[in-house]
This record gives sequence, C-alpha cells and structure tokens, in this order.
Amino acid sequence: MRRVWVHSPTCINSPTMRIPCPNCGERGLEEFSYRGDATVTRPTSIEPSSESAWLDYVYLRDNPYGPHWEFWHHISGCRAWFRLKRDTVTHEVLAVALAAEVDGEGHRS
Amino acid sequence: MKHSALQIFRQAWSSHRKWPRTWSSPEPKPAYDVVIVGGGGHGLATAFYLASEHGIRNVAVLEKGWIGGGNTGRNTTIVRSNYLLDGNEPFYEWSLKLWEGLEQSLNYNVMMSQRGVINLFHSDAQRDGLVRRGNAMLMHGADAKLMDRDELEKVLPYLDFDNARFPVLGGLCQPRGGTARHDAVAWGFARAADQLGVDIIQNCEVTGMRIKDGAIDGLDTTRGFIGAGKVGLAVAGNSSRLASMAGLRLPIESHVLQAFVTESIKPLVDTVVTFGAGHFYISQSDKGGLVFGGDLDGYNSYAQRGNLPTAEHIMESGMAMMPCLGRVRVVRHWGGVMDMTMDGSPIIGLTPVTGLYLNGGWCYGGFKATPGSGWVFAYTLARGEPHRLNAAYRLDRFSTGRIIDEKGVGPQPNLH
Repeated sequence: MRRVWVHSPTCINSPTMRIPCPNCGERGLEEFSYRGDATVTRPTSIEPSSESAWLDYVYLRDNPYGPHWEFWHHISGCRAWFRLKRDTVTHEVLAVALAAEVDGEGHRS
Repeated sequence: MKHSALQIFRQAWSSHRKWPRTWSSPEPKPAYDVVIVGGGGHGLATAFYLASEHGIRNVAVLEKGWIGGGNTGRNTTIVRSNYLLDGNEPFYEWSLKLWEGLEQSLNYNVMMSQRGVINLFHSDAQRDGLVRRGNAMLMHGADAKLMDRDELEKVLPYLDFDNARFPVLGGLCQPRGGTARHDAVAWGFARAADQLGVDIIQNCEVTGMRIKDGAIDGLDTTRGFIGAGKVGLAVAGNSSRLASMAGLRLPIESHVLQAFVTESIKPLVDTVVTFGAGHFYISQSDKGGLVFGGDLDGYNSYAQRGNLPTAEHIMESGMAMMPCLGRVRVVRHWGGVMDMTMDGSPIIGLTPVTGLYLNGGWCYGGFKATPGSGWVFAYTLARGEPHRLNAAYRLDRFSTGRIIDEKGVGPQPNLH
C-alpha cells in the first residue's frame, strides 16, 4: 500500500483536493466518481434472519470525523476501483490501494 | 423591549446607542427539563416553540460556537414548499405557513420576501414531471403555477431561451416561495426564546452523553455536566458525531455543499430561479449580490470548504442558464456540512435511547424548514411522540422500508 500526501492539513499551498489513482498517479478530482464508505460488507445471505446485516450495509454509516476508508472509481481514466483513506476534516489523503487488493480496514487480502 | 416603529424613532434620539442586548448570556444551570444541542435556526426554533406552544420554559440551547454560526449562516436563504411526496409536502407547507407569520410571532424582522420560486423545464418529460409536482402541491393546499415560455420571457428576459441543448420551455412557479434573511432568523428565534426564559448558552460544546438504564441523564460539556430530562439534537452536519456519543449509527453521511456570492449589482433577479438541466439555483440579496449554488462536492467531508471542480461545474450550469452571469465577479464562496440521509429526507423523532430525540438529516433543505422543524420537534419533545406532520420522518423508517425518496435515486447520499 502506498502512502500519499496530497496537501497540508491547513490547505494553504494547494486548495484543490487531488486523488492519487494507484495506476495513474495523482489526478484532478473531476476524473473520479465517489461510491462511499468502504468498510461496510455486503451480506452473503438473503434469509430474513440477515435483515439487520442488510440494514447495516445499505443504510447505516459510521460517518467518521477524521480518517475514512472510501471507494473511488477512476471513471475518466483507467476505470479502476480503489480504496482511499482520506481525512474528512482536512481532506488529506492518507493511503490508497486497489479495491481488489486491500479490505476496508487496510489489510491485504 | 418590543420592536416597533415608535421604538426605532425613540432610539434614534440616542443615536441607536441604547438598544438592549438581543438575548442574555446566562451561566448554565445544573439541570434543565429539556436541553437542545445546537444553536442554529432549528435548535432555537425548537426552544421557542417549546416555551410558547407547550409552556416548557426550563430549557437550554447549547451551542459550541456562536448561534447561527453553522449552516444557518451558510445557506442560500431560499424558502419554498414545492415537494411531491406525501411525507414531505404537508410538513414543508406548514413550515411555509409559519414563515408567513413569523415576523409577527417573533416581533422581529426576518426580511421574509415572497418573491416566488421558479423551477425551469427544458423538455416535455420534465414539464410532465413538474405538472405532476404542481398538482401534488395544490392538493396539499400549497400554491403552484405553470408558466409557459411567453410568461417567462416577461419576468426572466435574461435566460438563454434558445439554448441549443437545453431550450427553456417553461417553468413551475411557487409564488409564495422566496427568501428570508438567514442571520435574522437565528437572532429572531433567539431573542423570542430568551424573552420566554430559555437559556442560550454559547461556546459550550457537548463532549459526551451520560445514559442510565437506557435513558438520557445529561450531557458532559466544555462548561461542565448539565443534567437533562430530555435532550434534543439539532446539529445537522454533525448528527453522526453526536449520535455516536449515545452509541448510535445513523443512516447519514456528512457532505460539503458550496455557495457563492457575487459583487453587488443593480436589481436583476427579482425571484428565485432554478435550472432544470443542471443543478443550479440563484437569487439576489437585498444588498445586490447574486447568491447561488448547485451540487454537493460528492464525498464525505466535515471541512466546511469545497473544491474547485464543483465550483467550475456550478458556474458552467449558471452560464448555460443565464449567459449574462459571465461578466459578474464572484467575491465570496464557502462550504457548509450537510447531513445527507440515505433517502434524501430529514429525520425528526425518537431514538432508541429514552429521552434522546433527533432532528437532523436535512440534506440541503434545512433552511426553509426552520420554523416547521422547530414546531414539530418541540411537539415531539413535549409529548414524547411525533406530530402527524413529522410522523413519516421517523428514524426507524429505514428498517421498516418506509423511506421517503423524493428523487428516487436510492441509498446513495451524494445523489440526493
């Protein structure tokens, strides 16, 4: 997993958040599309007993104030899906990894 | 002191130097019957209606910064009730009715201006959609008027009617919609609540919640512990953070929404206009600045500032609708943090913790709802059950499948 710093927390030097694609490097925000929280897991069961797991997956979010693992899609570039760890308060990018390689907690699968 | 024309005349004799403070700043008491967290429009309105409608006056409003310093001071001041769904329209229409009498009930000038809100359409399908919406509004007792191109050319001559891609075919107008002065709304509610005995406590951030046997006991704050019989959260933008102190996870993501103001120009936009082919809305403040906004940035954020690609996108939408905007300069822009819910509709009601009530998830519709939200939230806090108007906004609607998805885009908060 690469560790990437996009800009300082005070945002003085670079007012624009740029996203480091694992394939293409740092690119403008307008090339990407955003999916959301990457730590929720889709239940495998469709039995009624898994209802609360589905509620968790579809609707409920930690919505953290600070570091957040999230899915991004390089829609106007290489079209890769990847996970980004980004601070929701400073917009600082902390880590990035292809979605297929790393889970939401940052562990290699 | 009651505000009146006579009072202005009297104060003029002392060069307006003897106006009393608009609200007092008391020290927090050890405990209150009801503590409202969040001194924005919604929290202050809740306190005002608790005191005036339900006679509950042992109430505190806790604000981490200064009142009206959050999203109340960061919106584009639009007031309207042009919703489609049954869960939404009666609530927003009641809110608009409260706006219409707000200055009299608060004895405060909130500069409510019913200058009309016009939603443009650019295709036959969009017209059909807006006709349906207009009919839904009329059936709920709101007002709506379909305008064709000829009528629009008279009131909005500067639109790009013959745009090759998005010609303006007409619009749906809500004549009773308009704008209000956002800061005055917070100040007016604060003053009126203060006069009824509500304690407004600024610079007091909640740092924890004490819960005993599944019921709220009080709040830890930066100014010490404050006991509370009931606690109402009105902290949209930060609802998830506060709810997590009570161990709750909410169907909410926080997103940043930007707004823009141009230099002051002569009167140009004497109504509120929204673009139908992109997300763009514009009005003109009484100072002359054009106030406009558009889409969310689209990613989770608590930063209260956005990024430039969204600013560019919003201005492109504005140029497509009103090409004359290209010569005017933007002088200020800012971001606000929105509670984006999974169905795009707010949450007002009970939580699994006894005595803890939630008012949040306002997406970007919070300002227009201010009086209505306070009114139903006060009812809910006083009675321990939701009013008919906010019964559909219950938190458990996500587990029961009774979601209110006005745009029909599904559980993807950045699309609402």
